[in-house]
Amino acid sequence: MAQAVERFVPDGCSVAMGVALEPLIPFAAGHEMIRQGRRDLELIGPISDALFDQLIGAGCVRRITAAWVGNVSEGLGHCYRRACEQGIPRPIEVHDHSNFSISLALWAAAWSVPSLPARTLLGSGILHTNPGLHAGDGLVQVDAVRPDVAVVHVQRADALGRAHAWGPLGIAEEAGLAADRIVITCEDLVDPSVTLSDPNRILFPETKVAAVVHEPGGAHPSPVQGHFKRDHAFYRDYAKRSRAVEGYHAWLDEWVVQVPDRAAYMSRLDVDALRVKRSRPSVPVDYGDG
Amino acid sequence: MGSKPYSPQEMMVAVASREIRDGDLVFVGMRLPILAYAVARNSHAPSARGLFEVGLMRDQPAETFLGTMGDPPNVVGALWATRMSNAMALMAQGQVDLGFIGGAEVDRFGNLNTSYIGPPGRPQVKLPGSGGGADIAILSRRWVTLMNHERRRLVERVSFVTSPGHGDGTPGWRKRNGLLGGGPVAIITTLCVLRFPELGGEAYLASVHPGHTVDDVRRETGWDLNVADDVSETSAPTEAELAAIRKFDPEGFWTVTKE
Repeated sequence: MAQAVERFVPDGCSVAMGVALEPLIPFAAGHEMIRQGRRDLELIGPISDALFDQLIGAGCVRRITAAWVGNVSEGLGHCYRRACEQGIPRPIEVHDHSNFSISLALWAAAWSVPSLPARTLLGSGILHTNPGLHAGDGLVQVDAVRPDVAVVHVQRADALGRAHAWGPLGIAEEAGLAADRIVITCEDLVDPSVTLSDPNRILFPETKVAAVVHEPGGAHPSPVQGHFKRDHAFYRDYAKRSRAVEGYHAWLDEWVVQVPDRAAYMSRLDVDALRVKRSRPSVPVDYGDG
Repeated sequence: MGSKPYSPQEMMVAVASREIRDGDLVFVGMRLPILAYAVARNSHAPSARGLFEVGLMRDQPAETFLGTMGDPPNVVGALWATRMSNAMALMAQGQVDLGFIGGAEVDRFGNLNTSYIGPPGRPQVKLPGSGGGADIAILSRRWVTLMNHERRRLVERVSFVTSPGHGDGTPGWRKRNGLLGGGPVAIITTLCVLRFPELGGEAYLASVHPGHTVDDVRRETGWDLNVADDVSETSAPTEAELAAIRKFDPEGFWTVTKE
């Protein structure tokens, strides 16, 4: 993970994360960015459930391009508030979107067009706070947003970059296609015979994938379908402790700064209580022999 | 909860569930509306379907508690697990009958603010943002908002319009500005239900929850509130509604008043 972040997420780059919304959030990758002291990132996403808030609080972020930043079950993002209201730890720029418009902005980049028209956001003040949205003739033109890198957590991937994800996908596909490169983090690193047995489920073209990191538990506290439940109590604890800046730093020290890697992080959790216990496999499809 | 048999949040969920008609496709959202959908589906709207912007469609509500719409129990038994843009496509086509949106501030014309209190460049309060709220407000056929009834939340004009309601309140504002959906039909609060005239315009007091008065509502509302001639008392949650709410929120995560 350290290597992937060092090579593919440099200072000043734009990073799409949390693109499946509440599930599959690449917290381990985000925490590594904090440990490496990344600066001046632009974070791109739909809603962000706590991860963007953590990176903002650590001073890694210069711009947010997203529809929502907070803590989904708890409400406000306290670091996001401090940065916008008081410039703590540094001022940030916000390019507001709605969930629909950030999806379209990424599709525009994916299709290599300057913008896409939409029937959403008419009459919304967001049109005036984001320079990448333009109203005219009863439509809104949504300018393309092209991330330098998309970091995506999935259930399984092979070493050559074929990733399988299941459950709702949010804006993962357009984020990956729009990005210059993709970093995959996965619960299970599998043989290509597994991923290639179901090519319909492969999320991205392997040509876009720059790195695959085997990082079990890399999405905690967010849920991973078939693997982990959402750790509601962990989100609640973060919300409480991050309310004051000192509390946030104590939290960050405990769970990020003083933690060498994800394996050490996971060893502090009651992992068994978070695991999904009952198996519910889908019926395999038959591709035939050609 | 004191000696009351139900909490203000349970009252809101029950009222919200009654807004769901049988057969509706409902853009469900988060928190209390997730419970409202489950209640409706188990009573008067057995053929409603729920759509979630994370990329899900379901009929039966999830069997266990949901902290977010993307929790694994919401995926098990889904009718469709897909990408967000596909859910938005249905809404853009006018196929979403009803949406729910939460907010920090709402004004007399139903405009919602979930972005900034104070100037966007240097806000007094930075709120989380639109999420899918603005999309629902503009594209769903009708929508409802749920809010704690406080004078600082129900304001004359919101300081920032994240999700447009009936705009400046003039008849036909939405149509003139190209907004496809019909806009807000109700504001459900901890004290009462406000409704809007069919063609838009200004909210009026339609019913007051048991235990509260029209004066209570007026005192906690930031504009000179119109009161319907036939203003009534909101029907309290039924036993069946309460049983359904407590089944889907057994620990009162959403429905017990917190400090």
